[in-house]
Parts: sequence; structure tokens; C-alpha cells
Amino acid sequence: MAGKTACGDAVRGAVWRRIGALNSMGTIVQFENVGLRYGMSAETLADVSFSLDGGGFYFLTGASGAGKTSLLKLLYLAQRPSRGVIRLFGEDVVTLPRKRLPGFRRRIGVVFQDFRLVPHLSAYDNIALPLRVAGMEESEVDAPVSEMLAWVGLADRANARPATLSGGEQQRVAIARAVIGRPEILIADEPTGNVDADMAHRLLTLFEALNKLGTTLVVATHDLPLIGRVPGAQMMRLDKGRLADPTGSLRYPPKRPEAS
Amino acid sequence: MKMATFRKQESATAARNRLLPEGRVAGPMPWVIAIMMFLTVLAAAGGLALNQGMRSLRTELSGRATVQIVEADAETRAQVVKKMVARLRATPGIHAARPVDPDRLADQLRPWLGAEMDTADLPIPALIDVEFAGEGPRPVETLAKLAKSIAPQARVEPHAAFLGPLSGLVATLAGVAALLVLLMAIATGAVVVLAARGAHESHRGTIDILHLMGATDVQIARLFQRRIALDALLGGGLGFVMAVLVILLVGQRLGATGSDLLRAAYLPGWGWGVLAALPVAGIALATLTARMTVLRALGRAL
Ligand SMILES: Nc1ncnc2c1ncn2[C@@H]1O[C@H](COP(=O)(O)OP(=O)(O)OP(=O)(O)O)[C@@H](O)[C@H]1O
Ligand SMILES: [Mg+2]
Repeated sequence: MAGKTACGDAVRGAVWRRIGALNSMGTIVQFENVGLRYGMSAETLADVSFSLDGGGFYFLTGASGAGKTSLLKLLYLAQRPSRGVIRLFGEDVVTLPRKRLPGFRRRIGVVFQDFRLVPHLSAYDNIALPLRVAGMEESEVDAPVSEMLAWVGLADRANARPATLSGGEQQRVAIARAVIGRPEILIADEPTGNVDADMAHRLLTLFEALNKLGTTLVVATHDLPLIGRVPGAQMMRLDKGRLADPTGSLRYPPKRPEAS
Repeated sequence: MKMATFRKQESATAARNRLLPEGRVAGPMPWVIAIMMFLTVLAAAGGLALNQGMRSLRTELSGRATVQIVEADAETRAQVVKKMVARLRATPGIHAARPVDPDRLADQLRPWLGAEMDTADLPIPALIDVEFAGEGPRPVETLAKLAKSIAPQARVEPHAAFLGPLSGLVATLAGVAALLVLLMAIATGAVVVLAARGAHESHRGTIDILHLMGATDVQIARLFQRRIALDALLGGGLGFVMAVLVILLVGQRLGATGSDLLRAAYLPGWGWGVLAALPVAGIALATLTARMTVLRALGRAL
């Protein structure tokens, strides 16, 4: 009996590894009937199902309060759903033990809506944070951080604390920090919320460049014209916590027979 | 560019330490730890010295007894003493038997009796110091029987007899000292728990960010642990140094009393080892407590 089970486990393991490999090339994010409820209130997100392909460029839109940030929080593992299944890189992350979360989080870069820079650290140290957290040797940290600072045009502001940076400069530090670890998924929450049109354009160019390098992008935004500027992008729209689906391509499973 | 080279020279540890704001965790904690350590070391030193005093008195006295010859006639007394000493010296199990010089005895009595007193007129009992060889079974009783058989005027006084009540007192005091050390350790732990919780609370924003960057609980706990260890090192070191100064001062004063009984209560070499281990144990306790506290607090978040 025990032998049979072990054999079954081995076969199942092999099958799952195969599926995992397929997933890492194809679907890297999968939500199934996900619901999120804060405390005792009504569900902020309900019946959210979709899947994202590795290397895709996705926009998430919706009115203020529709639940965009909430959905992204589920995605970058800052929140667990109240129900449903979320698979990241082929693994169910809802039931994942706490101690395995860091490994997943290191594969995801996030530009938070409110930047979330560490106030007592300089721009340089904020950008270096993901590398240091990942345990990179200090001798290897300097080159990429300096390069990144130059790339976002802040080489001369390396020692500045976030409080002494302008909103746009803080945002560039936040973006540099999100991308420095070469994440597989880059999540940006309203990255063009408080910047001028020129900066928004530069950001979008940066995101497209990263996307061409293979990074999957998920960008939440109100800015509909922005979406039109990325030809290959797909769009998800949240309406009061439910996914409205104009293209039909984002739903999971892709084609669901209409109930009516 | 100057900054870049400067960064390169810094160690990885220093860089990781910068993940939390510089400086110590909580203002009063090193001071509280200093006071705790000061009191702990003093209590431990007191307990150890008392214990040592008791021990050295006991080993010194348990092998000894005094035979008193109570005889009014000086001549007879001298004869009995002579006979007694000779017989005792010939007895196996008795290492030495020495008559106490009557003049010395008289010297010791003079302050009570007055300088002009002629000791020759006084029926002072003659004393014979006896040292047992080894630890025979009930040597004092055997000696008492033997002495009585030699001379009926003989009375035997074991030196260890007066240690009974003193021994009980010392045991109680040593127990109190041990209890104080234990209570101090608990209080130190409680202070560290409060400080670590406070530190965790005040850095919650930074901790959330570190978590989302993929930092593990152990990585984050290590940041707090290191700071609290530093605080404990400062406080524990200060408390220890102050306590040692007090101990040296008290030791010097004890020596100056000239009392053999008080001087017996010295701190043995290994006792200093125990005292030196206290700050080390204190720092280890603080660090471990901080780690556990922070890990527990972190475990409540996602
Ligand atoms: N931590 C929380 N606790 C309770 N309710 C919350 C919490 N976070 C968000 N909400 C509620 O959930 C709903 C969705 O909020 P969310 O931040 O996801 O919206 P959003 O689409 O990102 O809005 P915006 O475009 O303004 O950023 C709101 O009604 C909000 O009040
Ligand atoms: Mg939002």
C-alpha cells in the first residue's frame, strides 16, 4: 500500500514538474474564482478569474475603488485571498507556507502606488535593497546600482533621502528598485499617477523595453490613452470588484459558455 | 564617484545593518541592563563568596578538635597533658596533637582578666589541638572516648560544632543570592521583550517593505538582534565593570578587618570565572530573547 502510494507520488510529481515547466513558459499567473474580503465588509473582489502569459504586457483599469490595488496585492503576495485559487509560476500560493513566500516575492518587482521608499535610506540604498535582501555580495552590488541610478537620471542624487526628492524623482527610485533584481513579473500601481505627460511617456518606453527583455508587465492605471500607446498590450477592467472582460482573451478558462 | 568607491570598501554586514535606521534600539534599555547586570554580579559574588567562606571554614575545621584538660592543680594538669599528648600521638588516625602554649592562652585571656592577673594562679584548662588524619568515621566520638579513658578530666570539643547554625544561615543567603540572579535574568528578558516589541512596532513600515522585497523573517530578525546585542553589550559591560569595582572595594575592606572569619569569605578564582560568564550569558539571553520576540511578531504578518 505504502509502496503504491510512493510510486503514485513519483508519477504525479513528474507530471506536475512537466506542467510547471509548461507554465513557466506559458501561463505564469492564474486566478480562479478569487474573492477578497477585508474584515467583515462585502467582498472587495469577487469571482476574479484570469490568466497571464509569461512575457505579456497587461493593463489593469477601473474606477477609483474598483479594487485594482487589492488585486495587485494578491499578485505580489501582500495579501491572501478569502477564497479561490492563485497560481504563480505554476504553484498554488494561497496555501503556501509563510517561509516559502520570500522566494516567490524575489521573482516579482513592484512599483507601489505610494512608492514605499524606506525613508531613512538614501536613493542608492533603496535601489540596492532587493540585491542585499537576496544576499548579493557587497562588491557586486555597486555596479548595477550605479548603472540603475544613471539610467533613471539620478546619479547625482545617490545620497539623497526620499524626503528630499521630488515626487517624480521618488517614483524613479521606486522604479529602479523594482527592476534592479530583474524580476520575472513587474507590477506597477498607477505609475503615471502624479507625473507629467513627458515623464509618463518615458516610463512607458522603459516598461516596453523591459517587456521586450522578457519581463511580464502588469500596470494598473486610469490613463486610457496610455494603454493605447502600447500596441501589443492587453487590458483587464475591474468594475466594483468584478472583472469586466472586453477582449475575452484574459478570462480563465479562456472561453466560458454564457450562463444565460 | 567618490561615493561609489567608498561604498565598495564597506563590508556587506555594514550595508545590511543600514537596512534599519542607525543607532541603538531603545533609549533606556542599556541603562536598565547595566543596573540589572550590576545587581546580578553583586548578588552572585556575594553568594559565591559566602559559599566559599563556608567551605574553607569547614575543611579547615572538620579535621580538628580540641581536648581540654580541666584540672585545678597546675602540676597534675601538666602531667595529664604530657601523658595525653604522648598517647594521642601514638594513636593511629590522629595526625598531630599539639599542646597549646599556656602563655599564648594567657595572652588571649588577658584583655578580659586584666593585665596584672597572674595566670599561674588561674585554673585555666590546658588545651591540646588535635588534627585527624583523613576522614575517619566519627573521629570526634572516638577521640572523646579515648581521651576520657586516658584522663577523666578530659573534654573534647570538635571545631566544626559552631558551624552548624552558621552553615544554615550561609545556605539560606546563598539561596537568596541564586534567586536574585534568576529574578534578574527574568527581568532582563522582560525588558528585552518590551524593547524588541517596541522596535518592531516603530519599524513596521520598513519591515513591510523588506518583506515585500523578499526578505525572510530570519534576515529581518537579525537586524534587531544585532542592535539589541549591542545595547546589551554596552549595558552589560558597564554594569559588570561597576560591580567588579564594588567587589574589589568590599574585598579590600574585608581584608582590612583582620577577622579570619570574614576573610574566609573571599572570592575564589573560579568564582571570577562565573562572574565573567554573567555578562556573556546576559548578552546571549538578550540576543536570543530579541530574536524570538521579533520572529514571533513577524510571524503574525503575512
Ligand atoms: N486594507 C483595507 N481594509 C479595508 N478596506 C480596504 C483596504 N484596502 C482597500 N480597501 C477597500 O477596498 C476597495 C478597493 O480598494 P483598492 O485600493 O483596491 O481600489 P483601487 O482600484 O486601487 O482604487 P484607486 O484607483 O483609487 O487606487 C475600496 O473600497 C477600499 O476602501
Ligand atoms: Mg489603487
